[in-house]
Amino acid sequence: MDLARENTWVWIPLPQKFQAPMILKLILGFCWYLLHLMVNLRHMGSSVNDLLFSYIISMGLLLKHQNLQLDELNSLAVVVDSEEAKNTTKIKQLLCWLSSIGIKYVILYDMQGVLKQTIRTDLESLTNTSMTPCSVVDAKMVTSLFHFEKMAIEIISLADGKEGVAKAASFLYSEHMKDDSEICYRSEPDFTESDVANALKATGSAGAEPDLLLVYGPARCHLGFPAWRLRYTEIVHMGRLRSMKFAVIVKTMHDFSKKHQNYGK
Amino acid sequence: MRKRSRKFVAKILGRLWRLFRRWLFLTLSIGPMPEHIAFILDGNRRYAKKKNLKMGAGHNVGFNSLVVVLRYCYELGVEYVTVYAFSIDNFRRKPEEVKGLMALMKEKIDELLEEDTIVHKFGLRIKFWGNLDMLSEPARVAAERAMAATANNTGPVLSVCVAYTSTNEIVRAIKKSCSTKRDETAEGSLGFTGDPLRDGACGSIAVADMEDNLDSADCPDPDIIIRTSGETRLSNFLLWQSTLTHLQNPIPLWPEFSLRNLIWAILEYQRVYPYFEARRRGLAK
Repeated sequence: MDLARENTWVWIPLPQKFQAPMILKLILGFCWYLLHLMVNLRHMGSSVNDLLFSYIISMGLLLKHQNLQLDELNSLAVVVDSEEAKNTTKIKQLLCWLSSIGIKYVILYDMQGVLKQTIRTDLESLTNTSMTPCSVVDAKMVTSLFHFEKMAIEIISLADGKEGVAKAASFLYSEHMKDDSEICYRSEPDFTESDVANALKATGSAGAEPDLLLVYGPARCHLGFPAWRLRYTEIVHMGRLRSMKFAVIVKTMHDFSKKHQNYGK
Repeated sequence: MRKRSRKFVAKILGRLWRLFRRWLFLTLSIGPMPEHIAFILDGNRRYAKKKNLKMGAGHNVGFNSLVVVLRYCYELGVEYVTVYAFSIDNFRRKPEEVKGLMALMKEKIDELLEEDTIVHKFGLRIKFWGNLDMLSEPARVAAERAMAATANNTGPVLSVCVAYTSTNEIVRAIKKSCSTKRDETAEGSLGFTGDPLRDGACGSIAVADMEDNLDSADCPDPDIIIRTSGETRLSNFLLWQSTLTHLQNPIPLWPEFSLRNLIWAILEYQRVYPYFEARRRGLAK
C-alpha cells in the first residue's frame, strides 16, 4: 500500500487578495504548509492503523468480525469515482467479496455511467432469468438489474438521480393536467411524498434505499447518488478503489451491524 | 486591587486570543476557502445526558455553541452557513420535548434580533428553510419576523432548516414547478431557451425548473456538510444539493464542537479541493 500516494498534497499559489508585504505572505504560506503537513501526518497514521487492523482481521484474530450479523442490511450501495470505475478488475473483485459476505442486493453507482458501459456487458451474460427473483425490489421498477451468484446488482449513474426526479415530476404534472376542473387551475397541486414515490416507480426511476453506502474515491462524497434513496443511509468512506481490502469491508459491515438509528425521534 | 489586576490579565489574554485567531484565519485563507458550510447539529441530548443536565438544557448549550461557531465562520469569510435545526421527523418526539424546542426556537430567534448580536455585527441575512406551516404559531411568526427584519442586510447568509427534510423540499419544489408550468401554459408564455436541461420536453418539468423552486434556490451548493457526534448519515438533509459536497463527521457532540474542529474541517476540505474542482469542471462540460 503506497501511503504517500494515499495522501494528497495541495499546491495552491498565494492569492492576489493579500495587500501585505512579501515577507508576511511567505511566513503565512510556510505556516499553511505546516498545518497541512500535520493533516497529512494524521492521515498517514490513520492509514497505518487501518493497515494493521485489516491484517489482524484477515488473520482471524478478532472473533467478533468473523460472524457478521447482516439482518439489518437489506441493500448496499457502492459509489465509485468514475476514473477509478474504469478498473473493472477491481470492481469484479469487489462484487465477489460482497457476494462471499452474503450481501443480497448491491447498487453500483458512478457519476458518468462508466460502470453501465463496462460491467453491464459482463453481468448481462452472467444474469440467469431462471434465478430466484430479487426480493428487495420489484424488478419492474428498476431498469438495470442483474444477477451475480446469489446477489442482485443494480447499476445507476447521475442520469438516474435528478433527471429521474424531474421525469417523475413531469409524470405528476401530466396527470394533474388531465383534471380540467376550475379548482385544479386555481390552487397548487396537492402532491405528497407517496405520490412522488409512486411517480418514480411509474417512470422506472425508483429503487431500494440502501442501508449502507460505501464510497470508493479520494473523498467522502455521494457524487450525486439519487437523493430520494439516500434519506437514512449510512455513508462510509473506504478510500481509493485500488487500495481496497477485504478486511476493511468486513470491519465496516461489523460497525454497521452495531449502529442504531432513532429516525429523528 | 487583585480584582483589577485579574481583569487586566483577562483583557490582555482576550486580545492575544483575538490576535492569534486572526493570524490563524489569515493562514487558512492562503488555501481555497469554502463559500458555504452546512451543519447537522447532532448530539445536544447526548451532551445533556453526559453532563447530567435536565431535559432541554443540551439544546440551550447547543445554541450557544452555534453562535460561537457562526462567528468563527463569518470571520473566516464563509458567505453562507446552513444549519439543520429541526427535522420533520423530530415532530415524532415526545410532545413536551417538541413544545420545549418550539419555545426555545422562538426565544433564540428574538434574542438574535436584539442589538449587539452577531446579526447586527455581521449584517446577517437570516432565512428559514422548511415547511414553516408545521411550526407552532409563535415560532412561525418569529421566523417570519426575523426574515423580514434582515431581508435588506447585505452580509453573510444564515439559513436555518426547521420543519425540514430534503424529500419534503423536493415535493414542494415539484408542486411549485407544476403550478408555474401550468400557469405559463395557460398564458401561452412558455419560452424555450434551447438548453435541454432548462426546457425538458414541451410541457414537462426540467431539473432547472425544480432547482429554481427549492428552498436553496438563491444559495450555492454546500462545499462541506459537517455532522457532529460521528454519525455517518445525512438524515434527509440537503440530499439534492450535496452532489459534490465534502461530507465530514467529526466525533465531538455538537455542544463540544470548537474552533479546533472547524479549523480541521477546513484543512480537510482544502486537502480534497483539487478533486472536487476537477469533478465540477467535468460536470460543467
